[in-house]
Amino acid sequence: MILVDEFRDRDVALRIARVIGAEARPERSYAFMEFCGGHTHAIFRYAIEDLLPANIRMVHGPGCPVCVLPIGRIDAAIALAGQPGVTLCTYGDVLRVPGSHRRSLLKAKAEGADIRVVYSPMDAVKLAQASPDRQVVFLAVGFETTTPPTAVVVLEAERLGLANFSVFCNHVLTPPAIAAILDSPEAQGGALRLDGIIGPAHVSAVTGSRAFARFPRDYGQPVVITGFEPLDVLQAILMLVRQANAGRGEIENQFTRGVTEDGNRHAQGLMARVFESRETFAWRGLGQLPASGIRLRPEFAAWDAERRFSLPEPEAEPPTACRCGAILRGLARPADCRLFGTGCTPDNPIGACMVSSEGACAAEWAYGRARHRGKETA
Amino acid sequence: MCLGLPMIVVELRPGDVALAEYEGVRKEVSVALLAGDVAVGDFVLVHVGFALSKIDPERARETLALLAEIAGLEAR
Ligand code: SF4
Repeated sequence: MILVDEFRDRDVALRIARVIGAEARPERSYAFMEFCGGHTHAIFRYAIEDLLPANIRMVHGPGCPVCVLPIGRIDAAIALAGQPGVTLCTYGDVLRVPGSHRRSLLKAKAEGADIRVVYSPMDAVKLAQASPDRQVVFLAVGFETTTPPTAVVVLEAERLGLANFSVFCNHVLTPPAIAAILDSPEAQGGALRLDGIIGPAHVSAVTGSRAFARFPRDYGQPVVITGFEPLDVLQAILMLVRQANAGRGEIENQFTRGVTEDGNRHAQGLMARVFESRETFAWRGLGQLPASGIRLRPEFAAWDAERRFSLPEPEAEPPTACRCGAILRGLARPADCRLFGTGCTPDNPIGACMVSSEGACAAEWAYGRARHRGKETA
Repeated sequence: MCLGLPMIVVELRPGDVALAEYEGVRKEVSVALLAGDVAVGDFVLVHVGFALSKIDPERARETLALLAEIAGLEAR
């Protein structure tokens, strides 16, 4: 199909990789963070790091919404699903995320809780319409890509006067998370050096590339808004190498086919109508980040599960050997975790990074091991 | 869940819904986020059953031409 296959051409990829190799200066190194889990997935799936010269390193960022969901919110969702009359709907990735005591929605479902996987939040609205005797709660997660759809279904529930539908909102915002990484003591102190950021194309399709302009401006960090196919990622790496070589820190848009400076104004308007900023929200790995999460506005209280149901206070997170937190902050790699592949696998995940295909540990498990094995025997 | 897909709109249906196709698979998607700015034949970026934005095939071709140029190839 046009727009996909052409951006996976192996011959072009190898040639662009050679251009990157020629332009990367041998006397220095480059570390680029891909913020978004979709990029992490693409980088592993297409083994992009293997095409790059040794002095270019990709640092995986926190942009996997399932991975950053804190344990307390999973515990709250499990408790919610256990209340009589409640049917909890969510995206498939969320089910296996471990909460406290290694409980998950999947285990709660196996024990009899009514938990359903939906592809679209609209399916949850339809389910509520079809089951008037159930309280249908949609567990909403994700960045600015899944937020506008949630806004649409809240407005739809209002229009329909649906009394048995509500949203447990866990939506988070991309720019505050990038800021948190750049403001972290590690980044400030030099333990985490970044020479550029691969910015998320689909989030930017909604927010506009403008939402990321502050990172070049305030931090001097080059940002390239990048598509998710291998040629997109390679072109963006070349653009970042060129910015770094020239000492520039600018926002550039590689994904011109879907991203403008302004983004989708209509979607932004719907989000602003339905949601308001939370003072603070907890992220797995990053901790409490101010103004990084959103909730339903008081006008939509009737559809806000947090106001309609009483939810448990989050328990303190017990210390574990899981390095997810450090991985999400760009400070460790999956192979640095001693549970990786032994105590922790996709079938039996300890941390959230092993759950979603966009998580660094799951991607390393799916695509990275074969590569390492290949290297050992080569 | 975060992996969005470019799909082509093959039919517009009442209630802000469109039938869209990817690799021969057809699916109903909501076009409520496009504020009516959508037609049959448009490429749209779909996440969780919603078209988030349109994809401009002309810009895609420009990017491909630029990639070919970087690779030292004639644009195809
Ligand atoms: S391998 Fe498992 S336990 Fe280790 S950091 Fe990744 S998710 Fe956590």
